Order: sequence, then structure tokens, then C-alpha cells
Amino acid sequence: MSLAEFLKRRLVSPELDQQIDSIGKPIGSLGYDPWGYNNETLKIGYAITRQIYEKYFRVEVDGIDKIPAEGPVLIIANHSGQLPIDGLLIGFALASRKDKPRIPRAMIERFFPTVPYLGNLLNQFGAVLGDPVNCARMLANNEAVIVFPEGIRGSGKLYRDRYQLKRFGNGFMHLAMEHKATVVPVGVVGCEETIPALANIKPLARLLGLPYLPVAAPVILPAKVHLCVGDPMFFDNDDIPEEQVTARVDSVKAAVGEMIKKGLNQRKRLF
Amino acid sequence: MTAPKRPQILVTGAAGTLAQKVIAQLRETCDLVAVDFREQVWLGDDIPSYCIDFNKRVFEDLFRRFHFDGVIHLGRIMSSQENRLRRYNANVLGTQKLLDLSHKYNVRRVIILSTFHVYGAVPFNPALIDEEAPLKAAGLTMDLVDSVELENLANIYLWRYPHLNITVLRPCNIVGPGVRNTISTLLSGERAPVLAGFSPMMQFIHIDDMADALVATWRHKQKGIYNVAPDDWVAYQRALELCGCRQVPIPSIPPLLPRTLLRVLSLKRFPPYLMDFYKYPVIIDGRAFKRDFGFYPQRSLDDIFHYYRENKHPV
Repeated sequence: MSLAEFLKRRLVSPELDQQIDSIGKPIGSLGYDPWGYNNETLKIGYAITRQIYEKYFRVEVDGIDKIPAEGPVLIIANHSGQLPIDGLLIGFALASRKDKPRIPRAMIERFFPTVPYLGNLLNQFGAVLGDPVNCARMLANNEAVIVFPEGIRGSGKLYRDRYQLKRFGNGFMHLAMEHKATVVPVGVVGCEETIPALANIKPLARLLGLPYLPVAAPVILPAKVHLCVGDPMFFDNDDIPEEQVTARVDSVKAAVGEMIKKGLNQRKRLF
Repeated sequence: MTAPKRPQILVTGAAGTLAQKVIAQLRETCDLVAVDFREQVWLGDDIPSYCIDFNKRVFEDLFRRFHFDGVIHLGRIMSSQENRLRRYNANVLGTQKLLDLSHKYNVRRVIILSTFHVYGAVPFNPALIDEEAPLKAAGLTMDLVDSVELENLANIYLWRYPHLNITVLRPCNIVGPGVRNTISTLLSGERAPVLAGFSPMMQFIHIDDMADALVATWRHKQKGIYNVAPDDWVAYQRALELCGCRQVPIPSIPPLLPRTLLRVLSLKRFPPYLMDFYKYPVIIDGRAFKRDFGFYPQRSLDDIFHYYRENKHPV
């Protein structure tokens, strides 16, 4: 018996098996899609994430039903906490919602495909290399895509800069306009406290080919996480200059900022 | 009233399984001439077969004698065969000679078989690469330069001599009975090397489907460059599992380590310059070909892997 079969037998209940199958994804005859998503691995990942989501981070979600059940969607969130835990939690929140769940795709750093084991594993859970071509094809397939427009500027930020939004790239807005995708702002509160970094050793990171190398405790702290989902935003596909695109991006950034503020107000304590 | 003239076609690479499958399908309706630089193959009394190097002057005599209407060029030396210089001479200069002669003798249809390897395996490849994507292989390894150069050449002739009606096909991994390329050898073996922690997505097309694709290309005179791949995908290690191969992991980081290891081992079925194709996915989009040529592959991945699983110990 292979490891995957063993884990599946131990962790995946028949209800979960059926639940994931019923969400349905366009996959080939062996359960894979072109980006490496695999239905069977996802079921195992879902079962493990449920424990992390409910017991470790005790995630509280506000407004997850605001994410449309159909059509192309871009879920725009703030990035934080060195590791892509925030993407995992948003993904699980949407996949586990009671009413019309969706399995979203997350755009990941260009660094991940070069990491053995982890890169493939993330792909099998539905994460995709953060390339505009990939994102465009996902939206054309009517997928919900999680994007962190801050990129590594966000995930690599230090503890003293927590909850300060870094520059948002304009790429996601162009894709949203082109594919008529609904933009849903999400504020993630709590992930900043999971791996608080004091400094970033840039020269060593460069030497190792890493995007950043934080000075932090080698543990992931069980901070309580709040996810606040904002109202969907729609943008037309008018031929507008880049300045106006940036203005639109800033409006989304402001909406994400609002959601962070809301999450911080809801939070009673750090852990 | 005389019967309409049957088209006269030159098929190169005649000793290969793919060419023979194409010949078997076209011989009913076309007059064929088979050529291979490796050996002379007997294909029946009705098909003249020759062993000729394209760069030799006698090659032109074939064009003088037979007045070809079409050329199906499958005689590309694969990257696992011969050395770089010989491959460059045969694939690039030989193809140039072939195209020059096709132009000189008024050939009306040229089909060239390329490979998806021209896209190159890089970690930043998006999935479903379409035909407009840059060909990165030449920048990554010298051993694929001839494949990319062959494409550039075909491209130049495509716009310079539109009457040649050139179509270039870039298929994904061609596999199945009789196929002798690297991936087919890997799948048919007892053990297959894998790079630890890497199991890229792959596409496979059955050789019979590829032969159908080539025949469909001959029948529809649409020119251009097309990917040929079915809409089905599988991870490399899963494919090995389904073919009944035992996996032999090779340490994968730092990248220099597996490269050096493979160079020392010099395995023919897992050459160091193809290493990245077993590390990063190169998934191509075959929808344009499907749309323009009405081509739908008939054999599933299950059929393909079943063949390899059942033929581990040939009688």
C-alpha cells in the first residue's frame, strides 16, 4: 500500500470523499488537470488542513458567502507570515463553506516549483505558478483564483511592519478587467503573528536562491486567525490608461485595508 | 476517362514505426516513396524504398524521377541519437536541402515533425503552452539546438515560400508499441530514474493517434505550426507506477549533483540534457490542432500504460 493510499484510508471519510468529488473540477482520466491539481491528494490535504484550520489557528470567517458561487473570481488578500499559510486558510474557508463550496486556485511564488516535494505537493492541492498566462487560463476556465498582489513584498515583511500593506502590482486588475472577473477583497488577520520575523538576511537569501531569509523562531505560533471577506467589486474592460488602472488597484487595496481593520477590531487576543 | 492522378508523396524516416504507420494508412490512396538515412526498409513492391543521406547529391534524383506532390518529413534524428554535429548536419542542413528541393520541384505540401522539447523545460513554464510561446530549449542545452534550428528553418520557408504549404507539428511524448525514443524506453524498462521530489505533469500520445494526426494533416491543407497533444495529463511518477516501473530516485538538489551523476552514468534513456523535462512540466495546448484539423485522439492514457505494463517481459 502506498503512502497516499494509507493516508487516504486513515484521514478521508466517505462523506468528505463524496463532498470533494461533487464540487467537481475539469480533470483528465487519471484525476489530474494540466497544472497538476489532483483530486485524491486534495482530499488528504483537505482532511489535514481541517485540523490545522479548526484546532490550531481556530479560524473565524466573516462573509465567506460573498464570494460568488460561479464564474471567474479573483480573491485579493494581504500576504503575510513568511509561509503561504494565509492562502491555505482562505482556500479551505471557501472549499468548506456550507453553501455552494468552491475549490479555489492559489497563485504561488516563482520560487516554489524549484523546491523538491513541496512544489509538487502545492500543485496537487491546486496551487499554480503565479504567471499571468496561468492566471488568465484559470479565469477563462471560470475558476476562483487567490492572488496576493503584494507578492514576496508582503509575505517577507518583518513583524514591525505588520498589517501595513505593501505596493500592489497592477497585473491582477488587468486580468480581472480582461476576463470580467469579480474581485473580492479579503483581509487576513493573525498570520502576521504565526512566524514573527525580526530581520531578513538578504545576502544569505541571495546566496541560497531564496526570496528572503527571515530571522525568526523555527516554529509556527498558534495565533488566532480572522478572515474578513469584503463586498465583491466589478470593473469594466474599458480601454483606460495605466494611471486609471492604478487608481482601481488602489481602490481594491483600500478595500483590503478596510477588511484588515475590521479583523483587527474583531480580534480579542493574539492567541 | 482517365482516373484522377494519385498524389505522389515522399516519406522520410521510413525505418521508424511512425513512418510505417503513416505509410500503411496512406498507401491505399497515394503513391509513396520511402527514404531513410539509416537503412533500406522493404515496404512492399508498390513502394520504392531508399537509403539515402539528404545531403548527398543523389537525393535530388528522387525529386527528378518522382515529381512529388507532398513531403512528409519524419526523418528527424532524435536528441538521444548520434552526436551533436551529426544531428545538426542531418536535421538542420538535411532539412534545408529537403525544403530547397521541394521548392525547386514544385512540391505543394510539406509536413515536418518537430517535438515539444523545443519549448524547453524551465520552472517558470505556464501550463498549456500555445504555439506562439518562445522556444527556450536552445538557451538551456546545446543538445536541443538542432531541434530549435530546424523549426526556425521551417518558419523561414513557411513565409518565404507559401506555396510549399508547410505545416510543422510539435507533438508531446509519442509512446506505444515499437517506439524507441527515450520516454518509451523508460516506460518499458523494469526500473526508471526519477529526480527525488519532482514529478512533473506530462502528456502522452499513442503512436497510432500520432499517425492519425499526420494523415489528418495531409488531408487538410492548413499550413502553420501546431501542438499535438490530447486533453489528458498525468504526473511522471504516477505514469511510471501505472506502467509497473520501479522508481530509482536520484538526489535532485543542488541541481549540479544530478547533472554530474547523470553525466557519469551516461544512461541513454535518461540523458542529462533532458533531465529538466523530468523536473519541470512542459504541458502544451493541442486545441488549435484539434479545431483546425478535426483531430481527436482515440487511445486513452490507460490503454498506453496498459501496453507497457503487460509487455515488461517480452516473449
